[in-house]
Amino acid sequence: MGPIGENEFFFLMQGLKWTVLLAIVGFIGGGIFGILIALLRTSKKKLARTITAGYIGVFQGTPLLMQLFVVYYGVALLGIEVNAWIAVAIAFTLHASAFLGEIWRGSIEAVPKGQTEAANALGLHYVSRMKDVILPQALKISMPATIGFLVQLIKGTSLAAIVGFIELTRAGQIISNQTYRPLLVFGIVGAIYFIICWPLSHAGSGLEKRMAKAAR
Amino acid sequence: MTYTFDFGAVLDRAPELLWGSLGTLGLALAGMLLALVIGILGVVARTSKSEITRTPVIVFVEVVRNTPFLVQIFFIYFALPLMGIRLNPTVTAIIALGINGGAYAIEIIRGGVESVSRGQIEAGFALGLHKTDVFRLIVLKPALRAIYPSLTSQFIMLTLTTSVCTSIAAYELTSAAQRIESDTFRSFEVYFTVTAIYLVISTLMMGLFALISRQYFNYPTR
Repeated sequence: MGPIGENEFFFLMQGLKWTVLLAIVGFIGGGIFGILIALLRTSKKKLARTITAGYIGVFQGTPLLMQLFVVYYGVALLGIEVNAWIAVAIAFTLHASAFLGEIWRGSIEAVPKGQTEAANALGLHYVSRMKDVILPQALKISMPATIGFLVQLIKGTSLAAIVGFIELTRAGQIISNQTYRPLLVFGIVGAIYFIICWPLSHAGSGLEKRMAKAAR
Repeated sequence: MTYTFDFGAVLDRAPELLWGSLGTLGLALAGMLLALVIGILGVVARTSKSEITRTPVIVFVEVVRNTPFLVQIFFIYFALPLMGIRLNPTVTAIIALGINGGAYAIEIIRGGVESVSRGQIEAGFALGLHKTDVFRLIVLKPALRAIYPSLTSQFIMLTLTTSVCTSIAAYELTSAAQRIESDTFRSFEVYFTVTAIYLVISTLMMGLFALISRQYFNYPTR
């Protein structure tokens, strides 16, 4: 058995950096495409609704690990030389866009109908109605679920380890194999995830409770 | 773009994919049952008056829900042998799935139990219903109906999570896919096919759950 010293800890921190980066890129990329998905999913055009419903259904009905594998090898087939980091980031962006799209569709539909009617009565066109009236209210409604998904996404980045990407969990695996102290290493790795995820979960459920109270 | 797809190489291994799918269903089913047992026991402990039983359940739920399943399964995989328990990877995977799903089940079931109102139970007794009937008709059935949507979607998530069990070489669909990939080098074709199989499995489960819901919970509430 080897000791867990400064070097090992530094290696884990290097992994943590990639975990955080991957989660941020996935969340921002997924957020941008997610708004697009949510708008198409709630549009008047039936075709747009059907296609986005299918997109969401596929991502919610298959394992994230499979999505990673398919995108990882699929991008390579396109003949573009991309490194593992980009391929994995694309996979998480697509995954997040489907889940956030579905969450935000629900929040857009949860905004009272009178708001849309009032905006129409004021003569606002689609862009202004969405940007200034509906989306700000929908965003507020969606906050608990959005934060909940962020926690899911942070935990989900650990699956990049199975594709071979060295983030926190993969770094833990490597250290564990070197030092023969799996329980200590995975205990530390788990604790790091917990320190990141728990405050977010807590904030999300707190927000949910406050909003439920306000709605009563 | 000179790549030619070859799904034939993958379809030649159809029996393996079928067995893998059955392995996935088995893992999912066993995991769900264990999750339900942990969920019910957890709620009993969580709603008790004693702090000694309540606190560990709260900690358990928070820890499991805020760490990745992959880290949990590695931890359990290495922890069991140190406790002198030697199990094959598939059984270890079921335990990990049950523990993970159990934590979510505790929160879902607790919500259902709390949704049953005191007044309804009293009304049941006032109507002269027997204690078991009050429990069956006024507590259990409405509570089941209340938790059914979240519990079943959690079960579907658990089924999709079984793919992670390939990391400890449990017997299921993703590990079958990885074996086929290393033999045929048709990575994209293999994972594309297997992703489609998962989609079929989860869609069938959703249909089945909806059917059950229409059979048993199809009555007006107010």
